[in-house]
Amino acid sequence: MEQVLFYTLAFLTLIFGFLVIANPFSRSPVTSAMFLVLAIISLAGLFVLLHAYFLAAVQVLVYAGAVMVLFLFVIMLLDLRAEERRRIKILAAIGGISAAGAILLIFLHNLMAAPLGAADSPGLEGGTLALGKLLFTQYVLPFEIVSILLLVAMVGVVLLSKKDLK
Amino acid sequence: MTIGLEHYLVVSAMLFVLGVAGVIVRRNLLVIYMSLELMLNAANLALVAFSRFNNNLDGQVFVFFVITVAAAEVAVGLALIVAVYRRRHTAHVEDLRTLKL
Repeated sequence: MEQVLFYTLAFLTLIFGFLVIANPFSRSPVTSAMFLVLAIISLAGLFVLLHAYFLAAVQVLVYAGAVMVLFLFVIMLLDLRAEERRRIKILAAIGGISAAGAILLIFLHNLMAAPLGAADSPGLEGGTLALGKLLFTQYVLPFEIVSILLLVAMVGVVLLSKKDLK
Repeated sequence: MTIGLEHYLVVSAMLFVLGVAGVIVRRNLLVIYMSLELMLNAANLALVAFSRFNNNLDGQVFVFFVITVAAAEVAVGLALIVAVYRRRHTAHVEDLRTLKL
């Protein structure tokens, strides 16, 4: 059962990820964004398989919810119809894809060679309680720093969105 | 054959490489940005898998921070894209060749 779910979700994640970067039917950023939502949701399914329930929920809420709404807002704000009229440079695409393929080969080669040293019987549960306890004891300082980071990002966005940007 | 750590790492590596290919091949700023998100998610998957198979919750805390920072990064990056678009009326990397706005 777990294997069927893993292979289905992994396949879906990779297919949707591929459709984000290269959709044969449409090159509009809106379809890319929609497939990114689907890829993120199937990735959240993989998180559930890994018993990381809290992170799966956060993934759906923050990524598929907030971040993608932001993306779609910006896409609607900009007029991007010119994109579809442009042609992809074949030579550049071939070079880029072979470079990315080489990176994949390096990854897989190292993965096969590395001693992963995984535990035989994983029994970890990433529920809200366990994660929250860790977050508010051992990791309380990074947690506060992240809140400052979010504030700084908010101020920066307000500044960048002003009409007369200097 | 049970699903082990290496299965998840292979999926993560493939997803990451899809993101790299998207950044290299696509010319639209927004699609490049989405490919970046794909790469971040691939790293998150690897971290969660390591956390699960090593019985250590620290990896999941790290993923929590990565998601938070990614949300901040998306907000700032999209604001930058909108600012560039207002000035230059394009979101295409080949039209943005000068450092000066």
